[in-house]
Amino acid sequence: MALFWEIIASALVLISAFFLVVGALGLAKLPGTMSRLHGPTKATTLGIGAMLIASMVYAAGVRGEWSLHELLITLFLVLTAPVSAHMVAKAHILRAKRERADLPETGRPVGWATICDVRSRRVENTTPRS
Amino acid sequence: MIAIACIIAALAVCLAILLTLYRLVIGPDAVDRVIALDTLVINTIALIVLAGVVYGSAISFEAALLFAMVGFVTTVSFCKFLLRGNVIE
Repeated sequence: MALFWEIIASALVLISAFFLVVGALGLAKLPGTMSRLHGPTKATTLGIGAMLIASMVYAAGVRGEWSLHELLITLFLVLTAPVSAHMVAKAHILRAKRERADLPETGRPVGWATICDVRSRRVENTTPRS
Repeated sequence: MIAIACIIAALAVCLAILLTLYRLVIGPDAVDRVIALDTLVINTIALIVLAGVVYGSAISFEAALLFAMVGFVTTVSFCKFLLRGNVIE
């Protein structure tokens, strides 16, 4: 039975290595910052997730030690990846002046939050209400 | 069998780190370099977990968790600095 779990853990390690290389390749080869932003997310979720599941499977099936620390790391990475991606996208919108003309309309009286002035937003927010 | 898989995975992670360093060096904008640093942290976490599998030490998971936290704070504070010119206002 230990051999079975070892095969599963080896396969998961190889899957994780594949996705880590795919994420880094996407980061290196894709054109444009916004498309480069979505390459490493595969490395974050699938790569690290498969690696941590392989670690859990190997420790539980081969060594006989049950551990749930790895789920904590997976949970933390899954929770923080959207936040950091959002911050990176905001910084990119602010810095890329050439691509700013291609931004779609927000569909509201308020402009894009990163570019728009905070004071004018407040004025536009209060006018329709009164 | 797990030893061979771990060697292959370590080589793959080294390749991924090289590709990320390439983007870190040539990245046309500072935002690209921030993304490259984030990916570098992810690859380092993978290497630490891999070392934990090979050597069988449970302490590497605490190291990986700390690294994930520091990487997240680094990315967010870099972006905050690029956005506002200040980290803590």
